[in-house]
Amino acid sequence: MWKYLLKRVILMLITLFLIASLTFFLMKLIPGSPFSAASKLSESQLAIMNAKYGLDQPIPIQYANYMINILKGDLGISFQFNNTDVTQLIMNRVGPSATLGLQAMIFGTIFGIFLGVIAALRQNTWLDYGSTLVAVLGKSIPSFVFAAMLQYYIAVKLGLLPVAFWRGWEYSILPTIALSIFPISIAARFMRTEMVEVMGSDYITLARAKGASSFEVAFKHALRNALIPVITVLGPLAVSLMTGSLVVERVFAIPGLGEQFVKSIQVSDYPVIMGTTLLFAALFIFIILVVDILYSIIDPRIRLSGGKN
Amino acid sequence: MVNHPEKRFPKEMFEPAQIDQSLIEKIEKPSLSFWQDAWLRVRKNKAAIVSLVLLILLIFMALVGPFLSGYDGEVQRAEHSNLPPRIAALENISWLPFDGTLTSRNGDTLTPYEDKRIEEYYWFGTDGLGRDLFTRLWEGVQISLLIAFLATALDMIVGVSYGAISGYFGGRVDSAMQRVIEILNGIPNLVIVILLILVLEPGILSITLALAITGWTTMARVVRGQVLKMKNQEFALASKTLGATDLRIIFRHLLPNMVGVIIINTMFTIPNAIFFEAFLSFIGLGLQPPDASLGTLIEEGFKVMLLYPYQLLFPSIVISLLMITFNLLADGLRDAFDPKMRD
Repeated sequence: MWKYLLKRVILMLITLFLIASLTFFLMKLIPGSPFSAASKLSESQLAIMNAKYGLDQPIPIQYANYMINILKGDLGISFQFNNTDVTQLIMNRVGPSATLGLQAMIFGTIFGIFLGVIAALRQNTWLDYGSTLVAVLGKSIPSFVFAAMLQYYIAVKLGLLPVAFWRGWEYSILPTIALSIFPISIAARFMRTEMVEVMGSDYITLARAKGASSFEVAFKHALRNALIPVITVLGPLAVSLMTGSLVVERVFAIPGLGEQFVKSIQVSDYPVIMGTTLLFAALFIFIILVVDILYSIIDPRIRLSGGKN
Repeated sequence: MVNHPEKRFPKEMFEPAQIDQSLIEKIEKPSLSFWQDAWLRVRKNKAAIVSLVLLILLIFMALVGPFLSGYDGEVQRAEHSNLPPRIAALENISWLPFDGTLTSRNGDTLTPYEDKRIEEYYWFGTDGLGRDLFTRLWEGVQISLLIAFLATALDMIVGVSYGAISGYFGGRVDSAMQRVIEILNGIPNLVIVILLILVLEPGILSITLALAITGWTTMARVVRGQVLKMKNQEFALASKTLGATDLRIIFRHLLPNMVGVIIINTMFTIPNAIFFEAFLSFIGLGLQPPDASLGTLIEEGFKVMLLYPYQLLFPSIVISLLMITFNLLADGLRDAFDPKMRD
């Protein structure tokens, strides 16, 4: 177990290093100047700016500096947003994104599992078809279309919930729903198949024969075993939430990481783009690792490779 | 109640059957090719068939739609800007959004056609520059589909070759090639796509390339698995014994046997590519004007959603329809080609 963990962590660090290098060199390849008013600057002014940001040094030295700074937790200085520290800029925005992501993840998986279980227990009834419909729609309709529709019909037309911004709990309801539609559909579909399979297994027949009530059979015996494989989709789901957060935060004007990222792309603020990219990548890799470990802890039948030695 | 067993089961039924050796091998039903068999099974899936019809209709509209309304999608007419949708035969049906009126934010009904004395009918309205949205919408669908199909084709070519070579040659070649895939999979797709587009400048080709670069690994894995399963089966060995080259075995004998799996994978890649293209446009990395795709249309519509909701509505409906039909059709094909792969 420990050996496996160590191997995974080392692989994780290598991947992160690769991503950091990749972002650095790709950013160097981008044509044009990173300064917003470059065309208005004279030669000497540009030289001063370049010197200030260390852009006058040879690229290998810039690269080394960049890597050392990352290790120190310093992601550089934003070119566009008032010369703020990128680390600072990102940290200020983690809060809303984390809240939103967690809410969507929890609501999405629980509701999705619920839908899937109902569909499996009432196979081929309207409940089953309804839940399949939700799953197909949730998987197909792009999150930003869904978010915009929610915003227009529920917030603007009906006035039930706030239209945008981030000023309290009720502001997070619509974004959470918009973000969780994908987890709901994936969890529901997955849960239905697992549950149908488990409900047909011998030990469920035995539990029935013992005289356990159908509620007990479904929730005490079947659900627990059907839940195990669902953990495998949690990783990809968390990753999809990151993608979704970029657009959903933009639609609802939430001051989160995604919104900052989109804004930085639109004004070509490279240090912020690089910093956020690194953070996203690190989160992605970390989540996949955690899910793998969780899976092996919960299901003793699965042994991580190399675990025995 | 009296039973009459002798009537229900006459004696003749219990006579020993005559086994005619010559008829044992007789095939009762006409033999079906792979495609006929698949089609028989897809046909039973109503959702897939409805999706197929809708999809053909959408693709047909993407090709023909831009010529139907009679307006050029790139001609700007300032005096015709932001006109709501109006269709001649449907304009008096109040619950349809085609009556040429708008509702302002304080609830008043606006009639820009009457106010500006415009005789023309813009079926899906016009945008802020007075361009016909009906034409632009179908042109956008064209571009979106083009990007999706191109990216998927690239995906397929790279993924299939990579997977086949990796699986067929095995050993060190295989493990080296698999490590590359592992590392690529460790990097989030989103990151690669965004970085690439920043470097390459947004355009049809760069978006296609970015989508293809991140997408092929799934296909490669699936194909590798299939090749590993098949390369030691009798037909492959027979071909090898007869002196066929490795490439010939891979492309003439192994690949035709996994057409089903490849098609299924492709069908799931297409909606994914459509989504990613629209997603990129929505975060400002999409096509640059005057090119329009579904994504850029949605982006523009979203900006004026409060005033002119119809500009967002139509592209949103079309992209949702495309995604739903592709997904349902892919599900149907998966069940038809390979019942074992049902989720």
